[in-house]
Amino acid sequence: MRFSIYRYNPEKDQKPYMQEYDIDVKKYNCHMVLDALMAIKNFMDETLTFRRSCREGVCGSDGMNMNGKNGLACTTHLSTLKEPIVLRPLPGLPVVRDLIVDMSQFYEQYDKVKPYLQNDKPAPAKERLQSPEERAKLDGLYECILCACCSTACPSFWWNPDKYIGPAGLLQAYRFIVDSRDTATETRLADLADPFSVFRCRGIMNCTDVCPKGLNPAKAISEIKLEMLEHTV
Amino acid sequence: MKLATHTFDAVIVGGGGAGLRASLEMAASGLKVAVISKVFPTRSHTVSAQGGVNAALGNVDGPDDWRWHMYDTVMGSDFLGDQDAIEYMCKYAPETIYELEHMGLPFSRLDDGKIYQRAFGGQTRDFGGELAHRTCCAADRTGHAMLHTLYQKNIEAKTQFYNEWFAIDLVKAKDGIAGVIAMNIENGEVVFLKSRATILATGGAGRIFQSTTNAHICTGDGFGMALRAGLPLQDMEFWQFHPTGIYGAGVLITEGSRGEGGYLINKDGERYMERYAPHLKDLSCRDVVARSSMMEIREGRGVGPKGEYVLLKLDHLGEDVINKRLPGIRDLAITFAGVDPLKDPIPVVPTCHYIMGGIPTNKFAQVLTLSADGKDQLVEGLYAAGECACVSVHGANRLGANSLLDIVVFGRAAGLHVQQSVREGLSFREPSESDLEAAMARLNRWNTQEQGESVEVIRSELQKVMQEDFGVFRDADAMQKGFKKLEALQQRLKHAAIKDKSLCFNTMRVEALELDNLMETALATAFLANNRTESRGAHARFDYPDRDDKHWLKHSVYFGDGRITYRSINMLPLEVKAIELQAREH
Repeated sequence: MRFSIYRYNPEKDQKPYMQEYDIDVKKYNCHMVLDALMAIKNFMDETLTFRRSCREGVCGSDGMNMNGKNGLACTTHLSTLKEPIVLRPLPGLPVVRDLIVDMSQFYEQYDKVKPYLQNDKPAPAKERLQSPEERAKLDGLYECILCACCSTACPSFWWNPDKYIGPAGLLQAYRFIVDSRDTATETRLADLADPFSVFRCRGIMNCTDVCPKGLNPAKAISEIKLEMLEHTV
Repeated sequence: MKLATHTFDAVIVGGGGAGLRASLEMAASGLKVAVISKVFPTRSHTVSAQGGVNAALGNVDGPDDWRWHMYDTVMGSDFLGDQDAIEYMCKYAPETIYELEHMGLPFSRLDDGKIYQRAFGGQTRDFGGELAHRTCCAADRTGHAMLHTLYQKNIEAKTQFYNEWFAIDLVKAKDGIAGVIAMNIENGEVVFLKSRATILATGGAGRIFQSTTNAHICTGDGFGMALRAGLPLQDMEFWQFHPTGIYGAGVLITEGSRGEGGYLINKDGERYMERYAPHLKDLSCRDVVARSSMMEIREGRGVGPKGEYVLLKLDHLGEDVINKRLPGIRDLAITFAGVDPLKDPIPVVPTCHYIMGGIPTNKFAQVLTLSADGKDQLVEGLYAAGECACVSVHGANRLGANSLLDIVVFGRAAGLHVQQSVREGLSFREPSESDLEAAMARLNRWNTQEQGESVEVIRSELQKVMQEDFGVFRDADAMQKGFKKLEALQQRLKHAAIKDKSLCFNTMRVEALELDNLMETALATAFLANNRTESRGAHARFDYPDRDDKHWLKHSVYFGDGRITYRSINMLPLEVKAIELQAREH
């Protein structure tokens, strides 16, 4: 199977280039894109560099662009991709080396939404109660793995990675806004009420299209906007 | 040698659940704390834990009691667990879970708004009675929910992170541990992190086996560091094989799927656990279920063209239960086994999952070594918590959903004890120049070795030996052969080399450094497994099929030079009567 992979090592290369690899995916028992990357690294070229950890789609390490679409290498079947399989780093973030991007901006936007539960009442001796219906509102939100596939597929994030929170951060903002145990909704909404944080979303929907966990950041963003209306921020 | 020094009150090595719980405990204390993690913290292996976390909250089937939880844990440990530590863990479990809930962990809920609790393996009511519902969960993504919640609270607490830094080795001083040498993976910068207290929270080492549920990053880094610092590991012969890893891929399918009513079948469609363990059946302890599955496969009742696996049947649970309680494993089964559990059973096989042994500690997470006359001796300035530690709350076999509990209870305990120690004057220890050089030795070797075998060649042979000779069932012949192969590999590893010497995000160098740790871990396992001539918990030998309390009711302790010695098991809980030695009935 033929791969064309983005290569760049700032210590050696003037500029990035694409490198071709042919590997026998049967021989190395490769099912997923990550299997093939590991086979290349283990048996052909140890300099090929990428992140990986859980290899089952829950840690979010190996987000990359495969044949033009962002996804996780460990859960993307080779059989679903046309040859040559073109692998590039996630778009829009600075490349550190090969398929590894510098995710600082992405994490900064996540930190900005204060992604932690805030509750100004004293904690009870036992759990805070939450009905199954209230808890169900967190489904589709809390499962985010911070792989950055969504934010780096978003043209608005490419343009304003410093000012637009981006779909991943906004998904988490909404996760805490709708949590019945969180009492900071007003402040959370007020913090987002500038022209950039939320309102740079143009409804392009790339985020939802690429999310490897099947989450829907675009919907969360529109819910935030609705909440803002209701709270007349 | 000029080495930049960064100074902290406490340095935590590892950004999984234990490390993040420890850092959180210290964040508000005014101590200067750093967490170093070789991956961004939410990529740590805690994220893969599925089924839940045990605590006797009694939310489902009437009042529960932490003493029942303690009894189950001691029984599950096959009496190798330390009862003072198990008591501490089970007693503080409810409080620890409520804390997590207050932090925002999105637990699944019951109709009355309380935390949902499911049944899990080995959990009973009233000292061995009916099945208990004691396992709190967030659907089947409890580890993910826990790790993210802890990371989020650390953001709020403004914890200082060294993300994508790799710990090379502990720095020893005359009177204890002075800190750790670490490398920034992004640019190769090497720094001495000097600290009053160093907390190892480096997780497990399942990657010594070919087939494992563990992430690629589970390479026993803390084990290697401890052994190279002259400190011992304990009970490393006790590896848990999870009954339900997806055949071929190794990916975990939670025990919670059996807690919700799923069960295992052989090629005849027989629910064989009824035969092996009539009382708890599919929810017996993991060692029991894993051995039963292996017996089915060995005796020709396995499924598939080569009869190499068994099946986990879930379709009878219905769409509602599967989608609400087990959505994650449905995805995994579709992706990695090509079957939808709504319709078809999942091909599964016992798969390496967890190491019960580790760095010996007391219940305050302080690391212990043994003095020349065999007495416990504290290692000043060093703590360990979570899977890398051996408190020992799991003994010879861990109960499902006790590992997420272990990491938060003892991560918290470590944080509390470090604060107290610093208040009481715990100071820095001054390493000599040669101490620092010793901690740099293996990095220097990999950086200068030009020619040699590749990391992959040695790693894959190591994994093959462990898989074939140190698996679910063991005997002297296979283990001694395996042991010889490992010793040869150890010699070859000394001459292995990496070609890529670049400084920028050199993951090959990281893998080489990890391979040193895998080798140390594999050798510790091989030494102790060969040595223990009985069957107890997860250590099952054909040649010694019975538990032998007369000779083996004790912890094995291994030093890196091959020395083996023993520690007695703690049978002295503080508040309750010790649980007396008895046979494990199934």
